[in-house]
Amino acid sequence: MDYFVELFFSGLTRGSIYALIALGYTMVYGIIGLINFAHGEIYMIGAFTSFVVASVLSIMGLPLLAIIVLAGLAAAIWASAYGYTIEKIAYKPLRNAPRLSPLISAIGMSIFLQNYVLLAQTSNFLPFPELIPDFEFLEPIAHIIGTTDIVILLTTAVSMIALLILIKFTRMGKAMRATAQDKTMARLVGINVDRVISNTFIVGSALAAIGGMLIASHVGQINFYIGFIAGIKAFTAAVLGGIGSIPGAVLGGFILGLTESFATGYVSSDYEDVFAFSLLVLILLFKPAGLLGKSSIEKV
Amino acid sequence: MQQSNTAILEVKGLSMAFGGIQALNQLDLKVHGGEIVALIGPNGAGKTTFFNCVTGIYTPTAGDVLLTPPGQKTTRLNGLKPNVIAKRGMARTFQNIRLFQNMTVLENVMIGRHCRTSSFILGAIFRPPHTRREEQEIVDHSYAILEKVGLADVVNDFSKNLSYGQQRRLEIARALATEPSLLLLDEPAAGMNPQETQELDKLIRRIRDEGHAVLLIEHDMKLVMNLSDRIYVMDYGRRIATGTPQEVSADPAVIKAYLGESDDA
Repeated sequence: MDYFVELFFSGLTRGSIYALIALGYTMVYGIIGLINFAHGEIYMIGAFTSFVVASVLSIMGLPLLAIIVLAGLAAAIWASAYGYTIEKIAYKPLRNAPRLSPLISAIGMSIFLQNYVLLAQTSNFLPFPELIPDFEFLEPIAHIIGTTDIVILLTTAVSMIALLILIKFTRMGKAMRATAQDKTMARLVGINVDRVISNTFIVGSALAAIGGMLIASHVGQINFYIGFIAGIKAFTAAVLGGIGSIPGAVLGGFILGLTESFATGYVSSDYEDVFAFSLLVLILLFKPAGLLGKSSIEKV
Repeated sequence: MQQSNTAILEVKGLSMAFGGIQALNQLDLKVHGGEIVALIGPNGAGKTTFFNCVTGIYTPTAGDVLLTPPGQKTTRLNGLKPNVIAKRGMARTFQNIRLFQNMTVLENVMIGRHCRTSSFILGAIFRPPHTRREEQEIVDHSYAILEKVGLADVVNDFSKNLSYGQQRRLEIARALATEPSLLLLDEPAAGMNPQETQELDKLIRRIRDEGHAVLLIEHDMKLVMNLSDRIYVMDYGRRIATGTPQEVSADPAVIKAYLGESDDA
């Protein structure tokens, strides 16, 4: 039973990170109908930024909590700047092009960013400082759920609630929803659609960067390639839940994380991806629009 | 009904070509303050294209679109983005209803209201007092508009669940929320029953009386003849007649465009 609970929490942790990244995919898709394949790289850049900042700050001897918060903030801001710039350079000029063009542009951006970080940071795995200490009061259950897991779960929960409030209750959120539903009409009621799109990239990138920092301190090492795998997994999660749907991305992330965790625990870690992607195929067979996605009926 | 002499909207020599098709050809049109002006013509005459050119969805091939809100400077609208034009004081509705389906009635109107207020991303996140006050004002104002169009009792329903006539009125309410000096209505009476049409007639007059000039495209001739101060008739992208309802309905060119030419003429 303990083993089951342990796997459950490990899956939850993993899933919450997938969900954080998947939110970025799904928000961008919801607004401009683009699969932003460079999103995984944003996550990777977030991890690297927090790595650099955390290393510098720990040399300066700041307390751990300050390091975590500052590194997280720096990662979120820096990755948002990347997300914003990528949209302006690679997607905005192709706004009215056929759908395939921005997709290719996204893949190009992804390859470019990987190689850029490869050149800047070498291909070696860099040891990521252990930012999250072990709390003593958790000692009795540490074999089931570690401190890192708890911090990751709490941070993702807070981020998701903040996102929910942003989208549901603020005018920026309303503008985003309006833009997602009908861009032309949104413009006609005075919404600056370009700014809404920029904001979407900024918010999505910040979430991915936070995910990058959390997972890096959990796993303990990073390199230029981590964004690719994480990106593919998060994309899978977004599709699983119904791409374009925000609750769908969260649900998809958790389902994917749990599936992988149980597959690793009860079968073999070699099969973790097999199970994850088989699940995707199965769900898409029965619900092509994903679990919470709306099947769109094209009116002719 | 007082009509001011300044034209709120002045369109000069407006042309729009799609490839080899001349959808609009040297069109002139004026709407004055306090006026209800109708734009009529057979299907395919270019009426909706005209609206799209004026509101910035299309960039016209040639001509000028000048907007002069009362007491303000004239702006040339050609090539401006729709959201900028909306801020300058023009709003429109669509022939096929385009509400934000998955938002409530109130949210739909509030969205329209946002372009009249300013708020930044940080304000949206931290919500300082003045942002909250502004938000409350937006809610109050939106309620007032919904009251006016008769949707006060469905404010929290999703807009997709409204009846057809209610959806049309909500589109008008959303447009009014942007505080337009000129309101463009694209077939507001389409699909309405006679009673709804009559209410619409009253609503449009009321909107006019409250200081918004109205330009409408409409096929319901009874409504057009009752409501309009002046009518422009289009066919094949050209203006073929203009004048009061009486003048226009007696114009041979108009009769020809609508009924065709008899063989022995």
